[in-house]
Amino acid sequence: MEIETYLRKDYITNLVREGKRLDGRGFDECRDIEIEKDYVGEKACGSALVRLGDTKVLVGISLDVGEPYSDAPEEGVMTVSTELRPLASPSFEAGPPGGEAIEIARVVDRGIRESKAIETGKLFIEEDKVWIVFVDIHALDQGGNMIDASGIASIAALLNTRMPRYEDGQIIRGEWNGKLPVTCVPVPCTSVKIGDSILIDPSLDEEYAMDARLTVATTDTINAMQKGGQGTLKEDEVLSAIDLSFERGKEIRKIIQSL
Amino acid sequence: MTNEDIKLIKDGKRLDGRKFDELREIKIEVGVLKRAVGSAYIEWGKNKVMAGVYGPRELHPKYLRDPTKAHLRCVYNLAPFSVEDRKRPGPDRRSVEISKVSSDALNSVVMLEKYPNTGIDVFIEILQADAGTRCVGLTAASVALADAGIPMRDMVSSCAVGKVSGEIVLDLMKEEDNLGECDLPLAIIPRKKEVVLLQMDGKLTKDEFKKAYELAVNGAMKVYEMQKEALVSSINNVMIEE
Repeated sequence: MEIETYLRKDYITNLVREGKRLDGRGFDECRDIEIEKDYVGEKACGSALVRLGDTKVLVGISLDVGEPYSDAPEEGVMTVSTELRPLASPSFEAGPPGGEAIEIARVVDRGIRESKAIETGKLFIEEDKVWIVFVDIHALDQGGNMIDASGIASIAALLNTRMPRYEDGQIIRGEWNGKLPVTCVPVPCTSVKIGDSILIDPSLDEEYAMDARLTVATTDTINAMQKGGQGTLKEDEVLSAIDLSFERGKEIRKIIQSL
Repeated sequence: MTNEDIKLIKDGKRLDGRKFDELREIKIEVGVLKRAVGSAYIEWGKNKVMAGVYGPRELHPKYLRDPTKAHLRCVYNLAPFSVEDRKRPGPDRRSVEISKVSSDALNSVVMLEKYPNTGIDVFIEILQADAGTRCVGLTAASVALADAGIPMRDMVSSCAVGKVSGEIVLDLMKEEDNLGECDLPLAIIPRKKEVVLLQMDGKLTKDEFKKAYELAVNGAMKVYEMQKEALVSSINNVMIEE
């Protein structure tokens, strides 16, 4: 634990009790979002950099040809991985992904998968050969709410992903053949509970001060949810987090679609 | 809707004849392991799950020690033979995530502040899996913690809901989980009815969520009664033996 943040916990909690946030936002207000598509556009099939307040995440999409799952032989495959690189925070360590990284990857994965955002049926090539879509989340700066920044960057990158040319059983790198078919824009929105209040889009300080958090990924319906943190949530807190996520999701979707 | 979906619900009943709000059969045993400080075994439908608690004990690695409270870790593990296609031993991404959310859930009830600098380890072993294993595991873990005599603010009681052929139903079995449209595992602390674990994947509107939530809470309350009953009878048995 970073000692400075630990000491700030009381301060943040008291501030929230007075109805305020450290950065002056309203409880239902997100930090500024900037999305830069094709941030690493030369090699990767798709990419996007998201700045959500101080948080910075780069997502790269790679495509490869491989075998489908046996229970869906005519559908493409998507896998999401997260690397919390040590350059992003003093508390991140090099090495295989731990619980935090895996949770981010799996929550982002569920939002995209369950909303059927990628038309996997169109990624079939021939028997035993389908496209495999790798979504690699690369955390660069941990300023809080890594899940939302990762989810927004992932779908923004997928929307701008090119399909490599595939001829005579080989991928021709550097040549393209259309875009990855994406049908909708799932957006995860995370709220935290501090004291008796629900705040959307927590900063890092607020994440340390939180009792519990709830992520809700939405399209026109709820597609994925994840409760985190060691505290509890009441029913009305869950419901108000869902409302907030629908509202903010709509705004963020507009930004993503306008790119 | 595919043919497969239609078969899941027939004449208002489910594949195994259950009503929409009916749990599978649940059997809870307390104190099943000799070495563990506390333990529990649950048969829940075709699920067979064992949980054991060690600690409070010396915590390694040292940097995890917290001078203000105990460090509680929960490890969820699927046995290789618990599923039809053998699961490769060792942690995969799914079990790491489940371990994390289960640890969070238990952390919210255990009075960790009573045991500073120590570690409490909770191990959940899924011996046979048939959907809803994280709920069964958490239910067992909470009984095992109580059996270990570790002070808790409340139990953790858990149950999943889902959507099958357009209906919101309680406690999915494997077939329903595979073909259903949504899965929502929920764990609560029953006295306050507050959420300590909530995950969801699939497709639900907000109104459907409300309905599902209510159903899951009612299911978890029934589980709570069974947990209490099992704990009380385990104590009665000890008294009779003495």
